[in-house]
Amino acid sequence: MVLLRVEVAAVTRYLLSRVGQAALVLWAAFTAGYLLLQLLPGDAILIKFQNPELGLSPGQIAEIRSYYAPGSPFLDYLRTLTGFLHGSFGYSIDTGTPVVERLGEALPETARLASAAFLLALVIAVVIAFAGSHSRTSWIRGALLSVPSLLVAVPAFWLGILLIQVFSFRLRLMPVIGGSELQQLVLPVLTLAVPVSAPIAQVLASSIDEVSTQPFVPVVAAKGASRWWILWRHVARNAVLPTMTVAGLTFGELVAGSVVTETVFGRNGIGRLTEQAVNAQDTPVLLAVVVLAAGAFVLVNLVVDLLFPVLDPRLRAAS
Amino acid sequence: MRRPKARGGPASRGRGVRRPKARGGPVLAWAVIAVTLLWALVPGLFTGHDPLAGVPAEKLQPPDWHHPFGTDAVGRDLFARVVHGSVHSLSGALVAVAVGLLAGTLLGLLAGSAGGVLDEAVMRVVDVLLSVPGLLLALTVIVLLGPGTVNAAVAVGVGSVAAFARLSRAEVVRVRRTEYVEAAFGSGGGFAAVLWRHVLPNSLGPVIALAALQFGVAILALSTLSFLGYGAEPPTPEWGLLISEGRNYLATSWWLTTLPGAVVVAVVLAAGRISRSVGRENGREGA
Repeated sequence: MVLLRVEVAAVTRYLLSRVGQAALVLWAAFTAGYLLLQLLPGDAILIKFQNPELGLSPGQIAEIRSYYAPGSPFLDYLRTLTGFLHGSFGYSIDTGTPVVERLGEALPETARLASAAFLLALVIAVVIAFAGSHSRTSWIRGALLSVPSLLVAVPAFWLGILLIQVFSFRLRLMPVIGGSELQQLVLPVLTLAVPVSAPIAQVLASSIDEVSTQPFVPVVAAKGASRWWILWRHVARNAVLPTMTVAGLTFGELVAGSVVTETVFGRNGIGRLTEQAVNAQDTPVLLAVVVLAAGAFVLVNLVVDLLFPVLDPRLRAAS
Repeated sequence: MRRPKARGGPASRGRGVRRPKARGGPVLAWAVIAVTLLWALVPGLFTGHDPLAGVPAEKLQPPDWHHPFGTDAVGRDLFARVVHGSVHSLSGALVAVAVGLLAGTLLGLLAGSAGGVLDEAVMRVVDVLLSVPGLLLALTVIVLLGPGTVNAAVAVGVGSVAAFARLSRAEVVRVRRTEYVEAAFGSGGGFAAVLWRHVLPNSLGPVIALAALQFGVAILALSTLSFLGYGAEPPTPEWGLLISEGRNYLATSWWLTTLPGAVVVAVVLAAGRISRSVGRENGREGA
C-alpha cells in the first residue's frame, strides 16, 4: 500500500515536471515570437494604411496603431499573453477579423489533409520497411531500403506539380478543377505523405534490423516460428517505440508540408493563411500560427513520451 | 532534424551479406557535387546559351540536341538557366550551413563544456527552436528580414541551429569524459586551450557529417522558399524559381518543371549520400 503511494507520487511528479517543461518551452516560444515580430521595421499597419489614397495623416495612423496596441509595450505583451492563455489571439490586421475566426475557418481543411497524409505515410513506411528488411533477394532489399533517402530528397512542391502533370493532364484521372471532395484530396494527400513517410520508414527499418540481431529471435525461430510470425509478433513490437518517437517528430514536417501543398494545389487552410500572413506582415496571425504549431508539436511529443511506459512493460518496471 | 542510423552500424554486423557497397555510391555522389560546383564556377564550359536572353522564335521547345532541357516561354535555354542558377542554390546553401554550423556549434560547445545552469539554459533555447516547424521558423525570419536570396539563406540556416547545437553538445560531453582530455587538464592545460586543442577537433567529425546532410536539406528548403516567392527574384535562374515559373505551362511543357526538379533531387541525394559515408568513416552514424 505504502509502496503504491510512493509509486503514484513518483509518476505524478514525473508527469508534472514533463508538463511544466512543455509549458516553459511554449511560453519561451511565444515570448521569442512576440519580441521578434515587434522588431519589424515596417509593420502591417503601415502596409495597410500608408497608402496615400487613403489620405491618413501620420497622427491618424498613430491613432489606429494605439487602437490595435494601446498602452506600453510591456502591457501589450501581458495582454497578448493572457489573451493566448484564454484562447483569444487578437485581431488580424489584414482583414480586421479575430485571428481565432480565421484559424477556425482554415483548421478543418488542414486537419483533414494532414491526418489523411499522416495515415498514408504510416502505411507507406510500414510497407517499405517490412518488405525491405524481409526480402531475401539482396538487390530488392537494397533498392527498397534506399527508397526513403530518395523520398527525403524530393522537394514536396515539385512532387505535387509532377503529380498534377501526370494524373491530371496526361492520364486525366484527377480533375484539376471541380471533382468531388475526395478526388480533390487524393493528390495533395499523396504529396504530403511522401516527405513524412521517409524518416518513419528509415527508423522502422533500422530498428527492425537492430531487434532482429537480438538473441531471442533465433530462439523463437528454433521453436519453429515462421519468418512473418517472428517479424510481426516479436520484432515489429519491439521496433514500435523508436518509430513512434520519429513519427512524433515528423509533425513539424507535416505542418511545413501543408504550407507547400496548399499553395501548389490552391487549397485553403493553415498553410495558405500563413502565406497570406507573411505577405501582409500580419503579425498577430503569424504569431498565433507559430505558437499553435509549436504547441501541437510539444503536445504530440509529450504524449508519445508518456505512452512509452504504457506500451512497454519493461519501462514501467524501470520507472 | 535527427536522422536515423545509417546502415552498416552495429545492427547489421550479424549479417555480412547486406553490407552496402562502400564504393560506387559516394563516387557518383561526389561526381554530382563536383559537376554542380563546376556549373557554378565556370558555367561557360557547359553551355553557350545566355541564361537571361531569350530567342522568342524558339520558345517552349521540347528538349533536343540544341537545347538539352528545352526552352521556356520567352525562348531562354532551360539548361543554361539551370547551370547558371547553380551558383545561387550552392552559395545560398553554403551560407545557410555556415549560419547553422557556426551558431549551433558555438552553442553546443558552450553548453557541453560549461555544464550546469548555462547548459540547461542553452538546451531550453534549443528546445524552443526545435518546437517550431522549420518552414514556419524560416518564414518568421523572412518576415523579419524581408525576402531575398541572402535573407532566405539565413532563414534556412536559423532552422538548422538547433540540430547542430544538440549534436555538438552531445559530442563535447562525450569527448570531455575521455582520458586524453583529463590528461590534458591534468598536465596543466587551461580551460579554453584544452577546449580548442582537444575537445573541439575531436567532436567535429559527426558535426561535419551533419553539415553535409544539412547542405542538401538547405538546397531543398531554399528552393521551397523561392518557390513560395520569398527567395530570389525573377529573372534570376534560381532552381526553385525555375520550377515555380514552369507551373504556368504544366499542361503543355513538362520539361520546364520536371528537369530543374530532377537536378535538385540529384544534388540533395548526393549530399545525403556523402553525409552518410563521412559519418561512417568517423565510425559513428551520419548524424
